Amino acid sequence: MSTATDTKRAERNAPAGERVADWADGRLGIYTLAKANMRKIFPDHWSFMLGEICLYSFIIIILTGVYLTLFFTPSMNEIVYHGPYVPLQGVRMSEAFASTMEISFEVRGGLLIRQIHHWAALIFIAAMMVHMMRVFFTGAFRKPREVNWLFGFLLLVLGMFTGFTGYSLPDDLLSGTGVRFTQGAILSVPIVGTYISMFLFGGEFPGHDFVGRFYSIHILLLPGIMLALLVGHLILVVYHKHTQYAGPGRTEKNVVGMPLLPVYMAKAGGFFFLVFGIITVVAAIATLNPIWSIGPYRVDQVSTGAQPDWYMGFAEGLIRVMPGWEINAWGHTLALGVFIPLLIFPLVLGAIAVYPFIESWVTGDKREHHILDRPRNAPTRTGFGVAWLTAYFIMLIGGGNDIVATHFNLSINAITWFVRIFFFAGPVLAFIITKRICLGLQRRDREKVLHGRESGIIKRLPHGEFIEVHEPLSQGDLFTLTSHEQYEPIEVGPTVDENGVERKVSLVKKTQAKLSQGFYGEGNQIPKPTAEEYKEITSGHGHH
Amino acid sequence: MKKLSARRRHPLAAVVVLLLALAATGGLYAAFAPADKAQAEETSQSLAIEEGKQLYTVGCASCHGTGGEGTTDGPSLVGVGSAAVDCQVGTGRMPAQQPGAQVPKKKNIYSQAEIDQLAAYVASLGAGPITPTEEQYSPKGADVANGGDLFRTNCAQCHNFTGKGGALTEGKYAPTLVGVSPKHLYEAMQTGPQNMPSFPDGIMGEKEKQDVIAYIETMNDPKKAANPAGFTLGGLGPVTEGLFAWVFGLGALIAAAVWVAAHTAKAKKS
Repeated sequence: MSTATDTKRAERNAPAGERVADWADGRLGIYTLAKANMRKIFPDHWSFMLGEICLYSFIIIILTGVYLTLFFTPSMNEIVYHGPYVPLQGVRMSEAFASTMEISFEVRGGLLIRQIHHWAALIFIAAMMVHMMRVFFTGAFRKPREVNWLFGFLLLVLGMFTGFTGYSLPDDLLSGTGVRFTQGAILSVPIVGTYISMFLFGGEFPGHDFVGRFYSIHILLLPGIMLALLVGHLILVVYHKHTQYAGPGRTEKNVVGMPLLPVYMAKAGGFFFLVFGIITVVAAIATLNPIWSIGPYRVDQVSTGAQPDWYMGFAEGLIRVMPGWEINAWGHTLALGVFIPLLIFPLVLGAIAVYPFIESWVTGDKREHHILDRPRNAPTRTGFGVAWLTAYFIMLIGGGNDIVATHFNLSINAITWFVRIFFFAGPVLAFIITKRICLGLQRRDREKVLHGRESGIIKRLPHGEFIEVHEPLSQGDLFTLTSHEQYEPIEVGPTVDENGVERKVSLVKKTQAKLSQGFYGEGNQIPKPTAEEYKEITSGHGHH
Repeated sequence: MKKLSARRRHPLAAVVVLLLALAATGGLYAAFAPADKAQAEETSQSLAIEEGKQLYTVGCASCHGTGGEGTTDGPSLVGVGSAAVDCQVGTGRMPAQQPGAQVPKKKNIYSQAEIDQLAAYVASLGAGPITPTEEQYSPKGADVANGGDLFRTNCAQCHNFTGKGGALTEGKYAPTLVGVSPKHLYEAMQTGPQNMPSFPDGIMGEKEKQDVIAYIETMNDPKKAANPAGFTLGGLGPVTEGLFAWVFGLGALIAAAVWVAAHTAKAKKS
């Protein structure tokens, strides 16, 4: 009896926060949840925060986007503008454009929010790209993270299309040109193109439907899918635990870093505000998509320098540099000049997405990897990544060929030919050069491990010889430089069995062995120093 | 007064008086002399053509021929009119420094009087568009919104949404319209210099041209075009915007990430 009253009194005397927590725990089970996750360890490295930039800019986009929906009218009804912006007064425009003008000039904070929304979108996709390249070059996509790699890739692609549907909403001359571009690409699809176009635009372009439809897609469908993928992405990050760079004390079985609470909560929370602050500053000082200068969309108007936002610049480049081939047969036209770029676009994007599966097939490695690779220790992978980036960047130049031409005093035709040639030659060159650089760096690491760091101190020996003193590395550095794993290339084995009968080796196996040789064979990786080599060199014979 | 009268017999006194008298009569004559208007214009016109021909022979004849008939290096100037000369010489494009895809704008070394003389000479070769008067090209009171619509329909294909310029084929380009005077804009529309098509009055009337000029002025005059949204990044569209997002947006964010990651929590000393 007395114990019961004691507990009751104790409960009543407990601090308010504790009582609230107790109340919540009884209903939500937060203690168990917290116990499991509060001490979750995250390793410290700036490159692990690239994903955070994506997450935070996504949150910023959602917050500002909600504000914009309060004032935006997704309608293509034509009205005459009578707002405060004089150079457009009396001009006919859609309600979508007029309401974007209203957001920019009349709604309190509207212009800033609109610019934050758009700048954050540009930065979001740029950050996803950098985050993806970090994951790629460090091999963080390996088992068990292949699914999460695909989630991330899908987020990037969906982000691109959410961006596209978003910047098309104001129905301005620039974005309208982009929508027309897209419609042209759809039309180029054989047989079904016309039907898809009619279905999507509710009749002939531009019709009266696409802004409303893009609106639903932009604010509901795509962000909804993205949000689900994002949650899945984060759950998998927690479930897999974070990867880490090699170093003393770090193994495939542990994570060395700081606990979520309090350290990472504070860091991540603070970083959110830094991201928000920086994006707001950018949005406050620099104009983005000034629709008032661009004017409302009319099908009979077009401007030079009409590019999509940067993440679609790759597609723009493909169309710009593609020769205008077409086949006319049996009363039908196949517009190859548009259709081929339409096919190359997903192929190039997809190439980076499927690479992890190709690599794991080539290595035949089924183990889990939680320690990251240094890019130099995977020369073929690094070479492939740089080659892909080169192709992507070359196409961006193609997409901006007119701006490049006017600002570097070049001929646009010359740029187009440069892009046509280097879209194919550039990646090959980049692959070869990158691989050589990686191997060179591997050799340097090997040199450093065996002979120590160059100290810059020149010593003169008694007999007159000059030598440079090399300082041996610390045990920790030695470990870091030699802890990476080196694969043995797969051998096909003898082509005849013990009885001299030809052994059947499938083409797939042969290809795998060939690729494996290319990845890990002679000359494609520098053997890391063994303990014996190290002992022999450092066992007192002197360095030289 | 005493000082003055003391020097009245100075040997140079007569010279000083003479100079003063000459200055006075000369000045009075200049102020009151009735100018014979018609006659003066007549002679000044033929004088201008004469002077213009001299200037032409020095600066233009090597490419356009001694009589403006054109050579392999330059087109015939018969019938291009004074407006074309005023535009091309006034913006420094002509005389050209070197052959190329297009003759660029450069510092104009002729005075307006000399340009007028050159224009008079070229106009005398054959009738063509006449240099507009201020009344014709002044955008005062013009309809900016209509000008914007006309601009987007007729000009933006090459000159960009607000006239920032753009690329044409083989190294040719549509120049930026920022800082181009209303007179030269009017003349360019009238005559179509170099790679530009012309918009004579039959296609685009005087009033419409004024509207277009008013639009270009409003969008590009730094005093009038108070951009509400911050730096315009050149007004070139998504290419520069994307570059800015990568370099300054993402760049700053990555710098912040490096900074945050570098400041790790220290283990408590216990």
